[in-house]
Amino acid sequence: MRPPELYFIDGALPETPAPDDRPEPWTETRVVGSRRTRIDGFDRVSGAAVYPSDVLLPGMLYAAVLRCPHPQARVKKVDTSAAAKMPGVRAVITGATPAADLRWYYSRTVFTKLFDPVCRFESEAVAAVAADTPQLAWDAVRAINVEYEVLPFVVDERAALAAGAPPVHDGGNRVAEPEKYSRGDVAKGFAEANTVLEASYRTATEIHCPTEPHGCVARWDGPRLTIWESTQGVYPVQQRVATSLEMPLANVRVIGSYMGGGFGSKLQADKYNLIAAALAKLTARPVKLFLTREETFLCVGNRPAANMKLKAGVRKDGTLTALELTVLGTGGAYPAGGTSLVDWLVRDLYTCPNVRTESTDVYTNAGPARAFRAPGHPQGAWALEQMMDALAEAIGIDPVDLRLKNISTVSQAREGQPPYTTTGLERCLTEGAKAFGWHEARKRPKGNGPVRRGVGMAAGLWIAGSGGPPSTVVVKLFADGSANLNMGASDIGTGTKTVMAMVVSEELGVPLEKIQIENADTGTTQYATASGGSKTVPTEAPAVRDAALKVKRQLLEIAAEELKAPVNELQIDGEAVVSRRDPKVRKKISELDGVRRRGLVLGVGTRGPNPEKKAVDPFVAQFCEVEVNERTGEVKVLRFLSANDSGRVMNRLTYDGQVIGGVTMGLGLALTEQRVLDRQTGKMVNRNWHDYKVPTAMDVPPEIASLPIEVPDNEANISGAKGLGEPVTIPTAAAVANAVYDATGVRVTESPISPMRLVALLAGKRAGR
Amino acid sequence: MGGKKDDNERRSSRGVTRRGFFTAVGAGAVGAAAIGRAQAPGEAAIATAGEPAKVALRINGRAYRLLVEPRWTLLFVLRERLGLSGAKAGCERGECGTCTVLIDGVPRYACTTLAVEAEGHEITTLEGLMNGDKLGPVQQAFLEEDALQCGYCTPGQIMAAEGLLRANPRPTLDEIRTGMSGNLCRCGAYTHIFKAVQKASELKKAGGR
Repeated sequence: MRPPELYFIDGALPETPAPDDRPEPWTETRVVGSRRTRIDGFDRVSGAAVYPSDVLLPGMLYAAVLRCPHPQARVKKVDTSAAAKMPGVRAVITGATPAADLRWYYSRTVFTKLFDPVCRFESEAVAAVAADTPQLAWDAVRAINVEYEVLPFVVDERAALAAGAPPVHDGGNRVAEPEKYSRGDVAKGFAEANTVLEASYRTATEIHCPTEPHGCVARWDGPRLTIWESTQGVYPVQQRVATSLEMPLANVRVIGSYMGGGFGSKLQADKYNLIAAALAKLTARPVKLFLTREETFLCVGNRPAANMKLKAGVRKDGTLTALELTVLGTGGAYPAGGTSLVDWLVRDLYTCPNVRTESTDVYTNAGPARAFRAPGHPQGAWALEQMMDALAEAIGIDPVDLRLKNISTVSQAREGQPPYTTTGLERCLTEGAKAFGWHEARKRPKGNGPVRRGVGMAAGLWIAGSGGPPSTVVVKLFADGSANLNMGASDIGTGTKTVMAMVVSEELGVPLEKIQIENADTGTTQYATASGGSKTVPTEAPAVRDAALKVKRQLLEIAAEELKAPVNELQIDGEAVVSRRDPKVRKKISELDGVRRRGLVLGVGTRGPNPEKKAVDPFVAQFCEVEVNERTGEVKVLRFLSANDSGRVMNRLTYDGQVIGGVTMGLGLALTEQRVLDRQTGKMVNRNWHDYKVPTAMDVPPEIASLPIEVPDNEANISGAKGLGEPVTIPTAAAVANAVYDATGVRVTESPISPMRLVALLAGKRAGR
Repeated sequence: MGGKKDDNERRSSRGVTRRGFFTAVGAGAVGAAAIGRAQAPGEAAIATAGEPAKVALRINGRAYRLLVEPRWTLLFVLRERLGLSGAKAGCERGECGTCTVLIDGVPRYACTTLAVEAEGHEITTLEGLMNGDKLGPVQQAFLEEDALQCGYCTPGQIMAAEGLLRANPRPTLDEIRTGMSGNLCRCGAYTHIFKAVQKASELKKAGGR
């Protein structure tokens, strides 16, 4: 097997050209910043939106994958003879099938076969079936006989480096040498401190759980392949599938205009894409392959557990003198950034001259991790923000004041310590505290009975909220004044399409009802990176504005000729071009002959580069009040407020949606979510939504307040917006933990704060342990 | 299923709660879970499909006559046989509620209802809430309050809200939370969903339906 030439997106991409001249920042806006319902809202609430799992094609078959039930095993024999003969079964593929003899790359250098004889985690793919119905496909999967040599395994990262731990790969369980970071001199820093605290923290592994399972429909038309994929980025999927199958990029079309949630788990292609493609090729029929819910708990990513030990020194006046963090984590059975960015907040959030971090990433026999909403950050915040709370108490100052004392206006951990374009953290803290009634709430009695109240807060920043090139979009203005926007980016539920339509409307005066958007289709829409990292708005909005401005310039030139007025005197007012000097000199866009003669006016926009020697980060501060029943260990979140500096607010309605969603997800990390791997079998025991608990309508406070700290970041990009979707979930769990401490005096350093864990800790406290 | 109006039934008719689900829909659902595709591969003996059966279903006021395998769920028939993709497939094991439809006006999980069980009952899907090409009041309220993000759980949320409001036209916030607690939203739009249900209640009252 010849290794395919892989196209990895790790910084090797050419940047799209900078717009030729940088427009002035918006001062007053008509549309941007207002509350607008979604441009595709009708489609989403009527059922008209076709999600990839809704796709039905003539002659379509259904596929199911046989997966290894053991955490580590060698496949010795696969007998498909009974399965292949079953009625309705159209194809069975295994590692011995030539069409499925493909490589799967877990990283640039680490690969296996698509169906590899060595299975290093429960649910590795072993064989697959296409049949007339999904029920028949599963019948056939059950009829395949596999002989496994079951091997010893290690599923707990804390045991992976112990002597005698079963190796996941030849060469042991270290993914690489520990990643180290250091500035200043921590020993000196601790010596200068009045108070030094040290504690261990752990966050449990979380599963993404998008409601639409991962999957696709694959169809061949001769040499060309079309994939309808539930994805955050059609282009990365196209690149991986095309290179794995050694096909021209142009011959792999990936469509994902609607998708049912991803949270980072759908940024990339998956083995199932190749399996569906192979089955579709063999049967010459379209194949639908969507994973079952149980499978999605095992093999399509997770937020890996983080084991953190943090030591912090502070002076009496609240000045931080030193921070030292060690992290142990795992990306599962293959390199997947098991400790990625866990230390970033310790490195960068607060002013501190002396910082040292060390992160050790190990292999375990569990499904590989994937990016999960603000990778590493909520874990790091769980440790750092609980530590800040403890430090504040130790030196007797308000937790908000301790943070205010240590705000940094430069990114200390980046090369050259560049200043932030904008730093809204101070306003997030002060205005958030005021809106929440923090100081009053802290003074309120906690209650004497078993039900106690407490308040907590935490802060954060997000490393990747700037967005950036490449992105290319096309805006078409039709002769009647309506517009079409063509962009490759996915709207993963954040309201991207609506925000972009608002940008077009802002510049061209086209009402939202007259804007149509095509997106997320490699065959027909422009290049975009995957929608993730909270970068879609700050990446795409500037490109869309650039495209709209290019249309506008042409439009004004056409109008200048017809109105016999100088171009620089003209502006768009509603649906007409009007002279600034004389409002009577005006013509409706739909009446401009020049536009009619052309049929349409086209603008191609690109995302220019980010500012040099500057850092662009969004900031957040969150406040909450909880009620803890000390008898049952139940925690009820009574109210929650999130103050966010994400630059300009583009659409207040969907902005608030992101805030409440991120907080809700953070409540899951705080209170209910944990993957449980059985020590004796290495299998996940809670691979369903009864046993793995994501927040329900019963678990959220009646209202989650969103307080935008709007500082348009005009230096960052020409929309003034920074990322939002991830910062909103970063400090949430830590804020809840701090509130639980305030209520009970018990520090829950290990997530989730389950009733069982909290009751045990409370009993320990009563017993004086 | 349906019909009875004792206290228990009315409570459950306000929506399917996660914990109350199996007691609410009874043995049919448990049976479906046991013979459906919920089993992990390799754990069961080879299943047999059973002889296809004729069923007559009434969906959104229209009659459908179909040949189905007895093990086919109502959800499978709606989505993959009739192209009514309003009901979504989220877990196919009675946990998330993305597949919620109304059966005789009561929210039910279509993934744990067999198609053959649904015969003789009035089935309403998301598509059935439309007034021609106009949104129904619950749909309109979800749109206006932005009670959604990715939109995949939304059809189920809307059906649960519709069922809740039919049983209880003016629910309190606590009743809304309970009524909607059988429907998961991973994007976390719950607090907007609460507002949408309140608005839907007003729109329904104003519109006389």
